[in-house]
Amino acid sequence: MTVVVVIVTRSPGWGAFKAYFLDGEIYRDSFPEILDAFWLNVKLFLTAELFILPAALFVAVLRSLPGPVFFPLRALAIVYADLFRGIPTILVISILGFGMPALGLSWVPISQFFWAVVALVLVYTAYVSEVYRSGIESVHPSQAAAARSLGLTHGQALRFVVLPQAVRRVIPPLLNDFIGLQKDTALVGTLGVVEAFKQAQIDQSATFNGTPYLVAATLFVAITIPLARFTDWLVARDRRRQQAGRLA
Amino acid sequence: MSGEALRVEGVHKSFGKLEVLRGIDLVLAEHEVVCLIGASGSGKSTLLRCVNLLEPIASGRIVVGGEEITARGVDVDVVRRGIGIVFQSFNLFPHMTVLENVTLAPRKARGLSRSEADTDATRLLERFGLADKRDEYPDRLSGGQQQRVAIARALAMEPQLLLLDEVTSALDPELVAEVLDVIRELAAGGMTMLIATHEMGFARDVAHRVCFLDAGRILEEGPPEQLFGVPREERTQQFLQRIVAAGRL
Repeated sequence: MTVVVVIVTRSPGWGAFKAYFLDGEIYRDSFPEILDAFWLNVKLFLTAELFILPAALFVAVLRSLPGPVFFPLRALAIVYADLFRGIPTILVISILGFGMPALGLSWVPISQFFWAVVALVLVYTAYVSEVYRSGIESVHPSQAAAARSLGLTHGQALRFVVLPQAVRRVIPPLLNDFIGLQKDTALVGTLGVVEAFKQAQIDQSATFNGTPYLVAATLFVAITIPLARFTDWLVARDRRRQQAGRLA
Repeated sequence: MSGEALRVEGVHKSFGKLEVLRGIDLVLAEHEVVCLIGASGSGKSTLLRCVNLLEPIASGRIVVGGEEITARGVDVDVVRRGIGIVFQSFNLFPHMTVLENVTLAPRKARGLSRSEADTDATRLLERFGLADKRDEYPDRLSGGQQQRVAIARALAMEPQLLLLDEVTSALDPELVAEVLDVIRELAAGGMTMLIATHEMGFARDVAHRVCFLDAGRILEEGPPEQLFGVPREERTQQFLQRIVAAGRL
């Protein structure tokens, strides 16, 4: 770390870099505007996450259905996850955000916020369903067998025995995807919606200085860090509760 | 002994090319305790899992309490409510307390209210000396305690037939007795049980009948004093000699 700092600050272009990205006055001036715009990012990722968590669980459960009867549903879930993990998020946002309102159908919403949320939900549901699925598969089959042997149905075994254990195990990777989602709300700026990154771009063109980008970065990091610590705490609490005897 | 609790007829079962059960015939009367003995891989566990419908059978039929449970269109969930099974590795639900483990199925599958299920479960736990553990999580219990909880969990469904799959094999030697005592008590109370076990001494004193399984067949069966005392089949003699040599009988 120290080495990097020394190398960067001793570089021939350091003076220019500092003037371009680390201008204290511009930082203070652009901060309120970008903070204002940042609430849109917050609204975007909170709204999207609200739909992503249950939708992804639903897709993951579809993929875990047993037997040949459910093959079409499983296949559908796989095609969906492959497709939306494959397409770059910025394309999904552009296609829906510009494309859907352009259809000119009266019953299709034209709000770009709406389509931005839809795009983020589609992309992140695909990712998060894979996280859930790995959690479901990590629960040993003997747990489901024990539940079924007591006369619980497949659905009850899933609901009361498998999923509670699966979800607990995947909280850290779920948070990881949630952070990814927060950052990807910056892509919504390509639709012309003024969120933090777009506002930073506007301020940058007005001042010919990159410091506003640093403001946006500060805001994103400021919500990521407490969230990460919160997850650590959740995981630690769960471990304490279940395994105190074993660890002692 | 009155009616017939379990009838297994010509049951075959394969895993891929491996034939694990090759024509099993077995009848248990109500209140009867039958022990299955035999080497690892002889098919004891598979037979129990088939009776609980955790494994589909290839051919043959299984009748429990007069109803053919291997018939088409049978509701497996309803069948399983009447047949308890306890596993070698306990398989308690680690995210639930002891009480929640025991009451889950009575509440969700039998439709008892929480307070009814709690009352029943508390009585069962008291009977097995686990009353003070009801709010603990399974990981905080010893293996013997966990296995007793697993037995209580199976009994909470009030099954007419209890299957025990090598329930002491995963336990430290000093914890075996507490679990076997619980099973002896159940036998004395008239519970119909089919028990796969490596504990020959236990089989000898708890079983009404012992079946020796060899390569997917019941090679020999009889009262314990006969099967352990004067086994007819050469394979049975060899198996028992190995057990004696290992100091387990």
